[in-house]
Amino acid sequence: MEKNYDVIIVGAGSIGVQTALSLSQEKFSVLVIDKLTAPGQGQSKKAIGGIRATFSDKAKIHIGLESIEVFSTWEEKYGDDIGWRADGYSYPAYTDKDERTLKDLLKIQKSFGLNIEWVSPEEYVKLVPGINREGLRGSTYSPEDGNASPLLSVNAFYFKSKEFGAEYHFNEEIIGVEKKNGAIVGIKTNRGNYNCKILINAAGADAKKLGQMVEIDIPVHPDCHEAGVTEPVQKFFKTMVVDLRYGPGSSNCYFYQDSEEQVVFCLTPEPPINGTDARSTSVFLPQISRRMIDLFPKLKNIKVRRTWRGLYPETPDGSPIVGKTKIDGFILAVGMCGQGFMLGPGVGKLITRILTNNLSKDDEDTLKSVSLYRDFTGEEKLK
Amino acid sequence: MPICNHNSRLMNRLTSHPILEIKERKTISFSWNGKSLLAYEGEMISSALIANGIYTFGYHYKDKSPQGIFCANSQCAQCTVIANGLPVKSCMTPVQENMVVQSCDGLPKLPEVKNNLKFKPVETIDTEVLIIGGGPSGLSAAIELCKHNVSLILVDDRVELGGKLVLQTHKFFGSIEDCFAGTRGIDIAKILAKKLSDYPSAKVWTNSTVLFVFSDQKIGILRNNEYVLVKSEIILNAAGAREKMLVFPGNTLPGIYGAGAFQTLVNRDLVLPSRRIFIVGGGNVGLIAGYHALQAGITVVGLAEVMPQCGGYKVHLDKLKRLGVPVYTSHTVISANGKERVESVTIAKVNEHFNCIHGTEKTVKCDTILIAVGLDSINEFRKEAEEANMKVYSAGDAEEIAEASSAMFNGKIAGLKIAKELGKYKEDIPGEWSQKAEILKSPPGEVHPYVIPEWETGVGPILHCIQEIPCNPCISVCPLNLIKIENDGLLGIPKFVRKDKCTGCGKCLTICPGLAITLVDYRKDKESPIVSVPYEVQKVHPIKVGEKVSVVDLEGNFLDRLKVLRVRDTKTRTQIIQVKSPKIIAKKIAGIRIQDEEVLRPLSKPIIPKVTKDDVIVCRCERVTAGEIRKWIRKGVTDMNQLKQITRAGMGACGSKTCENLILKIYKEEGYSLKEIMRNTKRPLFIEVPFGTFAKTK
Repeated sequence: MEKNYDVIIVGAGSIGVQTALSLSQEKFSVLVIDKLTAPGQGQSKKAIGGIRATFSDKAKIHIGLESIEVFSTWEEKYGDDIGWRADGYSYPAYTDKDERTLKDLLKIQKSFGLNIEWVSPEEYVKLVPGINREGLRGSTYSPEDGNASPLLSVNAFYFKSKEFGAEYHFNEEIIGVEKKNGAIVGIKTNRGNYNCKILINAAGADAKKLGQMVEIDIPVHPDCHEAGVTEPVQKFFKTMVVDLRYGPGSSNCYFYQDSEEQVVFCLTPEPPINGTDARSTSVFLPQISRRMIDLFPKLKNIKVRRTWRGLYPETPDGSPIVGKTKIDGFILAVGMCGQGFMLGPGVGKLITRILTNNLSKDDEDTLKSVSLYRDFTGEEKLK
Repeated sequence: MPICNHNSRLMNRLTSHPILEIKERKTISFSWNGKSLLAYEGEMISSALIANGIYTFGYHYKDKSPQGIFCANSQCAQCTVIANGLPVKSCMTPVQENMVVQSCDGLPKLPEVKNNLKFKPVETIDTEVLIIGGGPSGLSAAIELCKHNVSLILVDDRVELGGKLVLQTHKFFGSIEDCFAGTRGIDIAKILAKKLSDYPSAKVWTNSTVLFVFSDQKIGILRNNEYVLVKSEIILNAAGAREKMLVFPGNTLPGIYGAGAFQTLVNRDLVLPSRRIFIVGGGNVGLIAGYHALQAGITVVGLAEVMPQCGGYKVHLDKLKRLGVPVYTSHTVISANGKERVESVTIAKVNEHFNCIHGTEKTVKCDTILIAVGLDSINEFRKEAEEANMKVYSAGDAEEIAEASSAMFNGKIAGLKIAKELGKYKEDIPGEWSQKAEILKSPPGEVHPYVIPEWETGVGPILHCIQEIPCNPCISVCPLNLIKIENDGLLGIPKFVRKDKCTGCGKCLTICPGLAITLVDYRKDKESPIVSVPYEVQKVHPIKVGEKVSVVDLEGNFLDRLKVLRVRDTKTRTQIIQVKSPKIIAKKIAGIRIQDEEVLRPLSKPIIPKVTKDDVIVCRCERVTAGEIRKWIRKGVTDMNQLKQITRAGMGACGSKTCENLILKIYKEEGYSLKEIMRNTKRPLFIEVPFGTFAKTK
């Protein structure tokens, strides 16, 4: 017997789980299928946990702000500690160019309602005591950004969505999509057939594959970043530090001290390393250690506990692809460019408003700039 | 007495040992929480602290519970202290003159560091073969590879080569020609290390730890605290095994650890972490650790084995029983009791389903509980190498848990196989090598009936050896070939033949690894023969001529108190004690009891823990309880990664090396079969390493 659902979501990661939560809260019957064994076992658990609305693009700021609202009020609303800390984000500038870029962006960001300021080197060392002051020109600081545990969050969201009736099938893979008159009517998996009117692609790094099943080209190409976590030590700095400078073999690098007092860190390889290989390389640790110690010498003595490598499902312009497609009922929530965790709640809510016909003016603007059918010529400056 | 009295500040030191040589070392001073103490130069901070009677090194940041030495192998972080302002693992950090050491109470604070640090590049070194582990199998493989002109790097995380051999003061089983049977582990380590040093082409890196085999086929190694990368064609994983833990109330108290940690403290660092020890587990590891404790002058107050019978060699077990160690079979540990460290252990009898029988609880006073409930292969390097598409072999315990004698043999085989793979050895691997390797792996076999021989003339050995184990040095050593095993096998029971020929030279007596051979000499007095008994705890329990000793039978049952006629030292460091015995018990005498039953008696009223089994800590690093884990398992979490993400069990310093098995056990208790459980993903690094080491800050 085939089962009927209003919505089927492919992918139980940061986006899929949040979308399932949001839709099931609106009384949609939802099935999430994932080829892995549990929620958040793809790239979601590789996220380092930064959460911000400080982007250069209005759409992402819009989604980001709504996401922060969810993360920051979750514990108060539902009681689960997801490790949320409103510790802020900072982009210290050590070059003239970075200072100019950041200050120019600041004006735009403020105009979109972000709480972000430029702080002097003197003020910045109070946030990050011991940071290298040589050449430090100041930093942006957005105190309402923060961080949470991707591990706790996805599980809290998952169990909550189940309470609202969302169903999950793990170890199950989609093998075909059923259409009728150009509209989605169901899917076929390695374990059975299901009827649905809405199919949401939240397949993260596998998004392109699912697009191919309905002959829609989705320009999502994963590249990889390595990350790691240290031992816990007494709190010694507050705020995410994003170093925008290029180093040998890398562009930016960023780190913060999380709710467990461990330093979580990540590096963006330059040139990017494309593909889906998620095995650890010998290059990462020496590379990031130099950068981090050079920037923040105190890190020299903290012990690295674990490292991993995750995939960033990139799009040509660094913005996600969210919204309807030419196939009726086939909806995209993909191409998060490594920000699926922090954008997940906002994306979930946006999709819910699409399906409940509740879009605001801002939503409509946002959907235009994250549409599959945009020209992809823009560039997110704060990837 | 083993206790050093001339300097009360170095009180927990071994000052004499029947087997180990105690060398003069330079004394230095350091401070602990502001108090000035003495240490030996070069020893680890943890050992210096224990030598000074300090067992609690700090308090866990999550639940404020006391912490002390646990793994003694840099895997966990429970021995963390603050040394000269830096949080360090005290088990791997040598103490220095005037070092300021403080307890780590809660989370450590990072020290200030100056700007403008300079970095050095990370060196990459090429080799044909990388051997991970310089224990019996790694060393044997290295020697074999050197014989075939293969270039190699052998990496070991200790200062001295030999792996666990350097901790083994007892004589080995097996056969003399294949694996040095009858020689002590510590001496085998030296022989193998010496053999390897004859090949200058072999690069030996001691004090070095492999951190990960990366996907670009480079192996990250912490070499003497310097980070290097190695590129090798083939990897041999000979990293050995790690000990399993148990879950019970009080299991995180200082004073609870594995046999490896214990042997490291006692036999390597020559400190006395304990006066009264209780052992959980009757396999060879637990039995041998008990024997080592006795040799160091530590009272072994008991040994519990959950099965109806101990799993280790009967000769090892009997050795303990004869010295007076109470062995509690069908018993399990209920709780460790104490505030700052272990003060006693409560055990109870179990039924056939291994459930505790209420009312059978006993509490025995002790300061240390050794957990010796089995070993797990360290196989992550193999998996990492396979992921990196590298050629990889395993040998020794890293391949399959067995005796060191078998590890030496299969190390040799692995070495030859690798030489063949590299084209430097053309022939086939000798077939008899594999057969021998199999025999040496044999678990203890059948126990034969104990038959006291009838002869009562002349002189000859009594072989108190009735279980089939792979061992034959008594046969090899007899100059007149008077001891035989049926079919000349290695596994059979040795028999004394042609009784009239024995001269009573005593060679069999002093070589027997099980101390299971006595000599009975009727030549002087047929009615009161002289019985020679092997004895190896002479330094801590010296026996003098003329005194009366308690002689016991094979399994330690009291026979009589007899006067000592003669005490003879031998080259093998096994003493021979001679007593004049009434004829009726002469052939039954198998040993001498040293532990007084009175000291070992359980308390009149057992201490029953007040906590439930759900309050017990499963993940020591993150302080996650069994109840927390069970709760999520009951919510349907079958992926251990998800369980880890929710509860943090396995997220700590040791990377689930200790709790993974314990969690799997809870899954089993909850009715899952292990096939249904998705196992933890293992990631770099093997041990925690500071950023500064990877950046190579000058």
